Amino acid sequence: MAKMHISTTINGEPTEYLCEPNDTMLDVLRNELNMTGSKEGCGSGDCGSCSITLDDRLVCSCLMLAAEANGAKIETIEGMAEGEKLHPLQQKFLESAALQCGICTPGMLIAAKSLLEENPDPTETEVRYWLAGNLCRCTGYDKIIRAVLDTAADMRGAA
Amino acid sequence: MTENNKWIGERTIRPDGAEKVTGSAAFAADTTMPGMIWGSVLRSPHAHARIKSVNTSKAEAHPGVKAVVTAADIVDFPLDIPVALGIQDMRWMCRNVMAREKALFHGHPIAAVAATSEAIAAEACKLIEVEYEVLPHTIEIDDALAPDAPILHDFIEFEGKPSNIAGTLEHIKGDIEAGFAEADVVIERDFTTRPVHQGYIEPHACLVSVAADGKATIWSSSQGQFMVRAMTGMLTGIPQSDIRAIPAEIGGGFGGKTIVYLEPLATILSKKSGRPVKMIMSREDVMRASGPTSGSKSTVKIGAKKDGTITAAEGVYWLQAGGLPGSPIRGAIGCALAPYDIPNGRTFAYDVVSNRSKVAAYRAPGAPIGAFGVECVLDEIAEELGIDPLDLRLKNAAKEGTKAVHGPTYPLMGYVESLEAAKVHDHYKAPLGPNQGRGVASGFWFNAAGESSAQVNITEDGNVVITTGHPDVGGSRAGIANICAEILGIDYNRISVLIGDTATIGFSNLTGGSRVLFASAMVVTESTNKVIGTLCELAAKIWDIDPDAVNWEDGEARPAGANAGQFPPLTLEELAARANESGGPIGASTQLNTKGAEGGFGTHICDVEVDHELGIVRVLRYTVLQDVGRAVHPSYVEGQLQGGAVQAIGWALNEEYIYNKEGHVDNPGFLDYRMPVASDLPMIDTYIIEIPNPNHPQGVRGVGEVPLVPGLAAVRNAVYDALGVRFNDLPMSPPKVVEALDMAEAAE
Repeated sequence: MAKMHISTTINGEPTEYLCEPNDTMLDVLRNELNMTGSKEGCGSGDCGSCSITLDDRLVCSCLMLAAEANGAKIETIEGMAEGEKLHPLQQKFLESAALQCGICTPGMLIAAKSLLEENPDPTETEVRYWLAGNLCRCTGYDKIIRAVLDTAADMRGAA
Repeated sequence: MTENNKWIGERTIRPDGAEKVTGSAAFAADTTMPGMIWGSVLRSPHAHARIKSVNTSKAEAHPGVKAVVTAADIVDFPLDIPVALGIQDMRWMCRNVMAREKALFHGHPIAAVAATSEAIAAEACKLIEVEYEVLPHTIEIDDALAPDAPILHDFIEFEGKPSNIAGTLEHIKGDIEAGFAEADVVIERDFTTRPVHQGYIEPHACLVSVAADGKATIWSSSQGQFMVRAMTGMLTGIPQSDIRAIPAEIGGGFGGKTIVYLEPLATILSKKSGRPVKMIMSREDVMRASGPTSGSKSTVKIGAKKDGTITAAEGVYWLQAGGLPGSPIRGAIGCALAPYDIPNGRTFAYDVVSNRSKVAAYRAPGAPIGAFGVECVLDEIAEELGIDPLDLRLKNAAKEGTKAVHGPTYPLMGYVESLEAAKVHDHYKAPLGPNQGRGVASGFWFNAAGESSAQVNITEDGNVVITTGHPDVGGSRAGIANICAEILGIDYNRISVLIGDTATIGFSNLTGGSRVLFASAMVVTESTNKVIGTLCELAAKIWDIDPDAVNWEDGEARPAGANAGQFPPLTLEELAARANESGGPIGASTQLNTKGAEGGFGTHICDVEVDHELGIVRVLRYTVLQDVGRAVHPSYVEGQLQGGAVQAIGWALNEEYIYNKEGHVDNPGFLDYRMPVASDLPMIDTYIIEIPNPNHPQGVRGVGEVPLVPGLAAVRNAVYDALGVRFNDLPMSPPKVVEALDMAEAAE
């Protein structure tokens, strides 16, 4: 079968690639585009470590076909910082030690960013439920939840 | 260095932080090479089968296939000659990476293929013809011990008969019969715990390139690049000097990455094909074929006088090893009674094989299993005697000078302090609502020392590069940089910390046993002090005074004694700039077999609320109190305490493997193998106690494993307090809670 030609926008950059009809977005990001920040922890949409946004909607890139990106807008962890300037969530995760091994961190950050765009003033419970699809086995989530709440407060203060 | 620390105890930003939050950190699956091909593993469809033949000819002829590996390509370790590597035995390792005589569990590797794409490799695996003689299988302990049980290994005998009991171990102190005779109350209960997976989010992965000269380079996710080198060398026959094992960033291990699975297969595939080979396990492979910790059954009996004094204790444990021997019986029986001063004690364990994947280490291997029954029986004794459960533990707490049932006499340590802190903690006094309960429990882990190496180099512009040999699973680079900054008296941000590969740093044992910061701190301290010695000599030469008359303070050399104030101080930058004119490169390496880790103790308090209708146990509040020796980086110490407690909550409440009647795991994924998620949990409070380890330059004790140990019983004792039902079988999952409540209701 011929490969499909896809035109999309990833982190603001016009991007084209060829993919098989059954390639996942995660496969193409990691293996074709060499964007390995999105991780594969399960391949079944249960761990959230491959989280990206598709037209501003939070999705697991392992559950999305690469062909679906045609004409769409994709954001990944590689686009979260602006050059050397980290996103406030990234900075707060570092200051709060909200990561240990770091494998869930890219997905966790993308999911948290998506939450704060939708709800700049979430309660602890809202953060916990929003991030319930992002597994972390190291931290017990405590410092992650605090980092998200603290970032939200900082960003509200700055706005 | 206990007072006025500038960097030790600071919550610095980890040196590898920016890479980890921007997605640029290279984990094993993120590595690639030009010409790289993909490996895939053919796994046994049977739980137990003799392998009569393996024919790979069709797979080899398949377009795109570049190499095939079978057990015939792996170095054999005959069954009658034990070959130890650390705590592993290569006889079992060689049979675990590739089934040899028999497939011992569903998912056991039979062969592997490398091809130009993952899809072709997987397709080619299906073309391999394997003739099996399917054998009856056994999964659970009781079934494996039954008189008519299928025997996994002809070479294992117990009490003169073929058996699935592969070994036993015992600790004994005093006279337990006499001890129980002295007791006013004796309680004996049976317990079971289920196997649980370490649950690291990163599946096992590696990339291996064997060059034309036979030299192999391995990038892999492991808890020890030197373990990868040694095991791969032994299983492939390649000399260790021809293997360079490069530690990729590791996405969680918790003990499960202290052995190899894919590396030897990828190495042979690369050698045969002449191409770099990448292999990644699927989540399903991880769950089916990489090691969880053991399931267990146990009987625990404790006797005490009316005032709470324990007179005797006995624990007998059966631990599942999986298809090959080697369950963590030492941890179970060594740690079970370790928090207590017990005059008469005995612990005994059986290592039981059955047709499950071979167990691997999991955070304080065996200790949570050992502690579970003991901490549950103590809860019942406390109730029976009308004594507060913390007071009962305080009455019997091990202290400096106590001789433990498992052998050692304890040095200075802070178990009593964890109990006292728990007693006065707000949490312990907070009111509880309806359907809520509170439980406490304690735990112990040995902590390991052992081999570590460090190189500390001063750059030409007067900054510092440290190389150590331990994969960083949870922020150890930051702790190491804090220590070096403190000793050198320079800003933390002037220090880089790297993890060396097997060709660039001296031998360093596993990231495991809670040993990394303990041992790294020792070698980094020694190297840094050697560097300071060199810097002082250099300053002495420049000033033309005796080196003994130079002090190192606040990042600079200062003339001391009679010369004090005679010369302006020389900073690290100034000395580095003048190194080559007056001495040479400034750097020092240290390689030590460190000693003196000493055990760790902790106490947990847990509050739960039980939904009677749905059987859901919700943890409302949780506090971990632990003696950590010295919290070099408090955030990462807290992180260890929190993460360990949450793994315990998962073990207690939900995690278990479900096997079907064919002996296959029915829940090999994160949807059905239910680890705790953010919405299941409260914040996890920590209370850090610092009683410095007298054997360590900064007072460090191991931290990371103790916090898994008390949690199972703390949750269970809280559920009892809420419901009045004593769950002696884990997990306390909703169906089991509902069933127990129905039974309790029916009994009324």
